[in-house]
Amino acid sequence: MPSPIPKKTHVSMTVNGKAVDGLVEPRTLLIHFLREGLGLTGPHIGCETTHCGACTIDLDGKSVKSCTVFAVQADGASIVTIEGIAAPDGTLHALQEGFREMHGLQCGFCTPGMITRAWRLLQENPNPSEDDIRTGISGNLCRCTGYQNIVKAIQYAAARMSGAEFKEAAE
Amino acid sequence: MNTIAPTSEERAEKLQGLGCKRKRVEDIRFVQGKGNYVDDLRLQGTLYGDLVRSPHAHARIKSIDVSKAMEVPGVLAVLTAKELKPLALHYMPTLAGDVQAVLAEEKVLFQNQEVAFVVAETREAAADAVDLVEVVYEALPVVIDPFKAMAADAPVLREDIKDKTAGAHGKRKHYNHIFTWEMGDKGATDAAFERAEVTIKELISYQRVHPSPLETCQCVASFDKVRGELTVWGTFQAPHVIRTVASLISKIPEHKIHVISPDIGGGFGNKVGAYPGYICAIVASIVTGRPVKWVEDRIENLSSTSFARDYHMTAEIAARRDGKVTALRVHVLADHGAFDACADPSKWPAGFFNIVTGSYDFPVAHCEVDGVYTNKAPGGVAYRCSFRVTEAAYCIERAMDILAQKLGMDPAELRMKNLVRREQFPYQSALGWEYDSGDYHAALQKAMDSVGYAKLRAEQKVKQEAFKRAETRDLMGIGVAFFTEIVGAGPSKNCDILGIAMFDSAEIRIHPTGSVIARLGTKSQGQGHETTYAQIIASELGLPADDITVEEGNTDTAPYGLGTYGSRSTPVSGAATAMAARKIKAKAQMIAAHLLEVHDDDLEWDVDRFRVKGAPERFKTMKELAWAAYNSVPKGMEMGLEAVNYYDPPNMTYPFGAYICVADVDVDTGVVKIRSFYALDDCGTRINPMIIEGQVHGGLTEAFGIAMGQEIRYDEDGNVLTASFMDYFMPTAVETPKWTTDWTTTPSPHQPIGAKGGGESPNVGGVPAFANAVNDAFAFLGSTHIPMPHDLWRIWTAADRLGLHAS
Repeated sequence: MPSPIPKKTHVSMTVNGKAVDGLVEPRTLLIHFLREGLGLTGPHIGCETTHCGACTIDLDGKSVKSCTVFAVQADGASIVTIEGIAAPDGTLHALQEGFREMHGLQCGFCTPGMITRAWRLLQENPNPSEDDIRTGISGNLCRCTGYQNIVKAIQYAAARMSGAEFKEAAE
Repeated sequence: MNTIAPTSEERAEKLQGLGCKRKRVEDIRFVQGKGNYVDDLRLQGTLYGDLVRSPHAHARIKSIDVSKAMEVPGVLAVLTAKELKPLALHYMPTLAGDVQAVLAEEKVLFQNQEVAFVVAETREAAADAVDLVEVVYEALPVVIDPFKAMAADAPVLREDIKDKTAGAHGKRKHYNHIFTWEMGDKGATDAAFERAEVTIKELISYQRVHPSPLETCQCVASFDKVRGELTVWGTFQAPHVIRTVASLISKIPEHKIHVISPDIGGGFGNKVGAYPGYICAIVASIVTGRPVKWVEDRIENLSSTSFARDYHMTAEIAARRDGKVTALRVHVLADHGAFDACADPSKWPAGFFNIVTGSYDFPVAHCEVDGVYTNKAPGGVAYRCSFRVTEAAYCIERAMDILAQKLGMDPAELRMKNLVRREQFPYQSALGWEYDSGDYHAALQKAMDSVGYAKLRAEQKVKQEAFKRAETRDLMGIGVAFFTEIVGAGPSKNCDILGIAMFDSAEIRIHPTGSVIARLGTKSQGQGHETTYAQIIASELGLPADDITVEEGNTDTAPYGLGTYGSRSTPVSGAATAMAARKIKAKAQMIAAHLLEVHDDDLEWDVDRFRVKGAPERFKTMKELAWAAYNSVPKGMEMGLEAVNYYDPPNMTYPFGAYICVADVDVDTGVVKIRSFYALDDCGTRINPMIIEGQVHGGLTEAFGIAMGQEIRYDEDGNVLTASFMDYFMPTAVETPKWTTDWTTTPSPHQPIGAKGGGESPNVGGVPAFANAVNDAFAFLGSTHIPMPHDLWRIWTAADRLGLHAS
């Protein structure tokens, strides 16, 4: 028999520095709460099976694929999405700048997840090698760029963040 | 004032026109998560649609019971063929002249075929109801292998057309046969084979794959009952065509339909066609009077909308002993799945497969394609290529390697001997095309020099000897591919879609202050049109690219266009852009002459201004002329400064390239390691080298996926085995090789700015380069052809068959 309207649970969390709350079904996915409950457009849905990483957000200091987290699991959590990466005055983060400078995006659909992942990666490892970067973003698929310029964009940001000038490695 | 006036060069550089590695305009919004994709659209009162799909590949529908589904709170309607039939919408026309079931009526013909459409207040309620629609099926025998489709006792698949002896493309030989398409001189070709000193023959199959853009297909349909107007936002590569098709099948007048393609998260051919989900969303919105959103999930995307390839090509080459080719003969068995939903120009059921003579000077050739139905998903889209060009390139490039092997010649040397020579352009191919321009030998030579080809071959020789002495278990392969594409469809004499000629368009309007809006009939899905079209206008009109807004995808504001696929945006709409700009420039010249009180002919163009010949200090800049166009035009001239151009190209364009891949194969594990990949592309005039290079990287990565691991596979019962990214290979940053790109520039002689279009070349040329590298590794052991994909299991199996694992 069809179930009646499911009971909803109250959740509250911090998203991009702002306290938010809402009512969710037990099965509501975090990505749906962020996109439809809070109206964010950055995290995207690409596969629903944790493979593509378009929905990547930062949850309590870890990169997480929000399509396979229930909203109720994020109750009380602190979340950062692509919308929270630039400075409050709107100045782009070195990663956002790097992706544009190095042509690290084309259709832009993977970009929010990719940058959000790289944002955590550079906090874990401020001076990553190319292999570190490739492994570090291997949970995020891109169908347009072939990754080469994404790697450069992250190297660019790493250099900028450590105060160095970005120099492209010789091919 | 003691400032020094900037030179022409300095002024030109500031424009960021042709040839500039201009940073992309689009990126500002995308890097902040502020893109506007279909699923980002949130209209008040939106309902959600979800599809009930068939678990069977071939079955009769005995009954559909929606009563339990309708009891789910929040469910408004469940559509089935019964509801669509009175509206004549249970079938829809395909681009290939066939029909496709929107919702299955009596039979399902592939697994995950659309059977019912649930409409609910939330996506969760819709999903709950989908599970409660009860469909009783009677399973029928399936046809999965296309080679068995035309057997005398094969099950009848398409009962709706089983008695039709002819289809949209002529005679049908069997109830599961769709068309036979033939090009070239059969008699002369057969005769050349009879005389041939050397021949080769090989079945070369290009497996079924899927474009898989990261964003799936989706739409929001909103019908305004009061105005009687329909607005559809969707992932459409060709929004105007969708509007016309929607009008033809819904009977809503075309001016009352507004189709909008917002930002699109990759297309690669997946988003050209019309899919049942779109039709259902439109019908549901008309019925409910509310917006209806339909968003495909990844499983639905991989298993129902638009596969590509599935071409089984038997290639034969006739040649002289010295390596000169004398004839090419190809037969193709094309698996189109359950409906012929191939996205080709309407008169081309096998696309431009007759580019299969490739870059070589074949005196005669003949090709024949037979299309058949099977119990697989419908489609046959041009996945990052111009209509079956990638199949043709794979076929000829593999066949040339097999011929080289038979002759004991180096594959690059064989190509050098047969490439069309520079002085032969414009070149008439044996299968009917006129190649516009090329310098093939220079390109291949540059590629060989760049990779140190002779040295690589010497190294390979040493490794082969070591392998024979059992000192190593690694084989080294060098894959050479030289491809010619045919893009920019197309001349109206050759190409139309449902009767609409394949022109494309641009409209440019200059505001009084000299800033610009340009609107086009194409639609970017990541190609960066907002950036590159502005560069064309900047160079043509001498106005900075930063002052130019490029808008696409809104059928109310953009001039009619046929859309973006088959690398046609640059050659066709890019041409329209240049031609519209030239109309504006001609008017501006008359205004300048009027203001400077000279004759038009006394003026010359200098980067961003008209100046008086012999008196360069007397000039009017385009910015000044824009202002003047709104207040001081010559007597009798209309005010304003704008133009539109509908460009019907005189010919296709023919980009080409030389790719060389070096791979190391471990025969015991089957692991193939790509050591290096060098790609030289010639796409004519380069508008934005940064964007071209980025597209080459992306296309090569897709080619890598196809060649090394992808296949949409079915089991013998027709269950699709590769319907998620768990099972369908998607290269990550770890597997993806590093790319080296290079170029030569041979402008197209007929395209106004000499550009040919380059975004698809890497997929076309990449696949044979990888495949040739893998095959080349095994060639010295007598292997002629190992089928794709070259994943480790298949490579290990191939090595095993060659007896390499005998202890």
